[in-house]
Order: sequence, then structure tokens, then C-alpha cells
Amino acid sequence: MSKGDPLLEVTDLVKHFPIKSGVIIDREVARVRAVDGVSLTLHEGETLGLVGESGCGKSTLCRAILQLTQPSSGSVKFLGEELVGRSHRDLRPLRRQMQMIFQDPFASLNPRKRVGQIIGDPLQLHGLSSGAELKRRVQELLDRVGLSPEHYNRYPHEFSGGQRQRIGIARALALHPKFIVADEPVSALDVSVQAQIINLLKELQDEFGLSYLFVAHDLGVVRHVSDRVAVMYLGKVVENSDTEDLFRKPIHPYTNALLSAVPIPDPKRNAARERLVLQGDVPSPIDPPPGCSFHTRCPWATEVCTTDEPALLEHAAAHVAACHHPRNVEHAAV
Amino acid sequence: MTEAILKVDDLKVSFATEDGVVQAVGGVSFELRAGEVLAIVGESGSGKSVTAQTITGLTRASNARITGSVTYRDRELNGLEDDQLRDVRGEQIAMVFQDPMSSLNPVYRVGDQITEMIRAHRDVSKHEAADRAVELLRSVGIPNPERRVRHYPHEFSGGMRQRVMIAMALALEPDVLIADEPTTALDVTVQAQILRLLDDLNRERDLAIILITHDLGVVAEIADRVLVMYAGQIVENATLDETFYDPQHPYTWGLLGSLMRLDQTRGARLAQIPGQPPSLLAPPQGCRFAPRCSHRFDKCDEPPPLEARVGGDHLDRCWLDPEEKKTRRAQVIS
Repeated sequence: MSKGDPLLEVTDLVKHFPIKSGVIIDREVARVRAVDGVSLTLHEGETLGLVGESGCGKSTLCRAILQLTQPSSGSVKFLGEELVGRSHRDLRPLRRQMQMIFQDPFASLNPRKRVGQIIGDPLQLHGLSSGAELKRRVQELLDRVGLSPEHYNRYPHEFSGGQRQRIGIARALALHPKFIVADEPVSALDVSVQAQIINLLKELQDEFGLSYLFVAHDLGVVRHVSDRVAVMYLGKVVENSDTEDLFRKPIHPYTNALLSAVPIPDPKRNAARERLVLQGDVPSPIDPPPGCSFHTRCPWATEVCTTDEPALLEHAAAHVAACHHPRNVEHAAV
Repeated sequence: MTEAILKVDDLKVSFATEDGVVQAVGGVSFELRAGEVLAIVGESGSGKSVTAQTITGLTRASNARITGSVTYRDRELNGLEDDQLRDVRGEQIAMVFQDPMSSLNPVYRVGDQITEMIRAHRDVSKHEAADRAVELLRSVGIPNPERRVRHYPHEFSGGMRQRVMIAMALALEPDVLIADEPTTALDVTVQAQILRLLDDLNRERDLAIILITHDLGVVAEIADRVLVMYAGQIVENATLDETFYDPQHPYTWGLLGSLMRLDQTRGARLAQIPGQPPSLLAPPQGCRFAPRCSHRFDKCDEPPPLEARVGGDHLDRCWLDPEEKKTRRAQVIS
């Protein structure tokens, strides 16, 4: 479901962190394959959900896309311009268009700055506004995210978690970005507050035509906000599809297992459904299993899965998955 | 109906702080029956953890004031001397916490920690205790327990650590296990494993469980009875099915309505609860939920008692007429 032209094109993005050891000369002894060849496309006005368990590389991918960490290789094209390899100075005008909302509303706001400064600084740094105009602009933003303009002179500690997340959202909105990366924006919040923030993010998207890359481990949240969803496992995208298709007909066994593991808050339906409980834990990204990296936990794994890495193939319309034994498809390709 | 093994009656816990007296638990009464899984649900600061910790005497501190009664098989626990309480804690009522890493001592081997605990309560040789530790680890599904007892906590994954904590809690064969957010720090696939383990223990050993959680999905998965807490009070006490299919308190409706579920049509705006929970330094005089409730009327200035309004043992704390509630509820949850 495309709502326009591609805004962001990520191709074969890789981020490896070397593990060094040695007394005088550091020698690379291993590498953490945090992001290991990821390709994604995000259209204007669209929300792409990114799910996966802790350590699968979701957050590193976000940082690599925004050039907050230098990718090891691959390409990130934003508004048709290549971001990888650009200098900080060159990136600056583009940074205005790409903002981020962080998970922890406590750690992501400077405790020694007033709310007015936190939200106003980006405007000042980019020379967009100053003086009385700046204050008016910040107060408008506060009002827009559901805070009161009188909060201008308060400090972050005077706010609750949900309110702080609103401050973070106002800061991200200040520069009128086109693209916002929201890295687990609601996972630190209580359910009733989560709903408030999700509703706000959706309103803002409609109002400003924003595109979101929305990272979460909570599948319910991702399903609610996303147009498309990409599922990550050990640094790779294993499935990518339209949201409805992904949740109705998950192809990759890992996606099936994830969906099956989420408890449904309805006792009768919960008892009625068949469950697929995975054994074991996620392997280490330092030494991922050969072949398909999911084969160690996959109930359908065979010989071929231990040797050949499956390619991302289109199994249904606009629905790709990397698996030798896809589920929910009529003609299983082997 | 089986007998109640644990009774909590009008439990009040308050803490003196620099800002004033925080009434964390404001008059909580409930019963736990043998072999029952009782879930306590609520948002941060609702008093669910303080209630649970007070049962085992973990909130005793010089600034704490605890009144009311906690009886385990007709034995009063509140006011018991510390060394007498120790006979109950672990022996009859054991606890598992949210963060398994900070509940285990990082500098001792896992097996030694279990052995030490057994020997503190039972007159057995080191050798016997060590054998028992291996047995316990096996019983909670840890592979290679003979080898794993010699490992340190950091060598275990989050899910495995939580299994170790559960093994340790079971060491003295208690009849009550209090699990405080046992799966909150875990990924969904691992959460499913731990919930299955708790469910097995409940069935096979007839272990009564008090499960504290904020996740209604987890509740739907294993609870028999549900207490919903808000601002230090129980607002609803009902069976699992009553909670989900016939909830009486508007706060329970709000919680159910703000869930982002996998089994419902998406895209619609979420029913959010406006505002945030009250400060427990000065909770509202009347109904504590009234300031956020869209159904409040004159009577809500008086505090509603927790009583059966729809018959049976389904208790709630709301003045609205039950028939009136049915029509209003339909607007929030389907």
C-alpha cells in the first residue's frame, strides 16, 4: 500500500561492531553482526513498523539509517540523496527532515534544561527562529502535543512519563520533519497512557503528512499504527509485508511464533487458539548459526536450513519472506 | 469451593517521605484460595507491588506504617517478629521478582545460591542440598542442570535466570508463589515459555500463585481470578471471565478499551483514559477514579465501598447502577 513516492530507501545496510582484544595492538577477534544486510523502503505518509526481540538489531538499524552511527556498508537514500559517507556538515540540512523519538522519556530529556529550551534548541540551532517568535512557536508546539503553554519554564522532572514523551514528540516536530524514527516510543508507558500517545502520533501524522519508522517489540502496538511491517531476527529482515497480510497470513516461522506467543486479552479466544511455543533463546549475533539463522529454534527446520541461507522472496503480492519452508502459502517453494 | 489459605483484610501501607505521607495501599482486602491463580492488575503506582511485598514483610521499614491484617492459614503475619516471619517466607510463601539479574547475587554460582537457601531452612548436608539444586533446575526446564549449577548468573539469558529464580522459590515447596511482573523484562517468545512453566506448576503441584502484572494478555492466559487496582485500592474483584466479559468498573473498561489487540480490527482510534493517576500524597476524597472518569455524577464525591453489586462474589467500587453501566460500557468496549 503505497501512499506516494519512496521517501527512504535502505539497501543492503550493514553495521558490524568489531570486538577487539590485545595488549598493545588491538586485533579484531570477532564482530557483532548487529545489522547484517537490511533493505527497506518507506513511502511518504506511510508508517513502517519494525518488530523483533531484544538484540535483533532494531535500534542499531534506526541509528544507522539516521547516520547516528556510521554504517559499515550499504546505502541509505533519503529524498533521493545518499546519506552514507556524507560529512556532518553535509548532513545537517537533511537532518532537519529526519527526527527521532526515543524510548526512555527520562533519559532522553536533559534534566538541567527547561522545557522551552529543550524544544526550542533545534529551532535556534538551525536558525529558524529566535526571541519572542521562538517562544511563541514552542508554546504552539506544547499546545499541539497536549501540554499547556505555561509548561514552558518547567523542568523535565516535574512531568510524568507520558507528559515527557509528549515533550520528546514536540522536540521532534519542531523542525517540521518529513520523517520520524520512533524507537519504542510507548514501551516505557502504562497502557492507558500508551493509548494517548499512539492517538497523538496518528493525529500528527495526518496533520503534517509525516512518515514514521516505528520500532516496537509489542506486536499489538505495531499492528495498530503500521501500514507495512518488517520483522527482524538476528540483524536481518526475515519478513516484510502489508500489515493485514502479515498478521493474517504470516509466512516466516519466526513471525508465526511471535504472533502465537502474544497473549490475547480475551480468555476464551486465548484458550481456543493453537500455540507455538519456541524453545530456547535467540543465538548470539557474534556467531550466528550458519544457513538460516532461525534454524536452531525452528520447528520446521530441515537439512537445507542448516547450510543454505534463504533469500528474501516474494511469496504473495508485496509480501516477502526469507524461508525454505514458508507457512500459509499455497505452493510452498523449496 | 476450596478454603482460603491467605487472607488480606483492610491492609493499609503508608510511607513517610520528604513531601508528606504517601498512602501506597489504602485498605485492600482479598482472599487467595488453594491452587488458585490470582492476578493483581494495575498501572505503575497503583499499589500492586507494595501489597504483594507487604504480605511477605518486605515493606517493613522505619518510615513505613502498616495496619490491617494478613493471615496465612489462620496465622497472623502482620506484626510477626522477623525470625518467625522467616519461617513463613520461603517455606510457605515464596516470591519471584521482575528483574532476575538484580535478584541473583552476581558473584556466586547459581547452584551455591540455591544450596545456601536450602541449608538456611533445612538440616541437610551440602551434598544433599546440591543434589536438590540440580533437581530443582531440571524441574523448571533448564537444560544440562548438572553443568548449569556451576555457572554464574551472567552466563544465563534473561529467561533462564527467571527459571533459576522460580527454581529457588520452589526449593522449600511453598504453597503460595507471589510473582511480581515475572515476565515484564522478557521477550514475548520467552514470556510464553515462563507463563507455561507457571501454569504447569499451578496444575501439577497445586501451587497457588499471586501474579502481579500490568498486562491483561498475561492475565487472560493463566489467571482464575483478577483484582484490578487503582490508586492504592481494589476497584474490581472478579473471576477471569467476569473481568473480561462483564467488567463493572469504568477503570477496567478503560484498561480493556486502550489495549492494542491482535484479534480486532485496527485503525480505529483507541479509547484512551484521559489524564493520569492521582498523587497518593493527597488522593481524591471521593471515588479515586472520578477525576478521570467520563461517567462521574454527584454521588462520586463520596467514596464508594468495594461490594457486590451484580451478585455473587463479583465486587466493584462504582456508584453507577449496573443496568446503566451495561449501556455505557458498550460505548467503550465491544
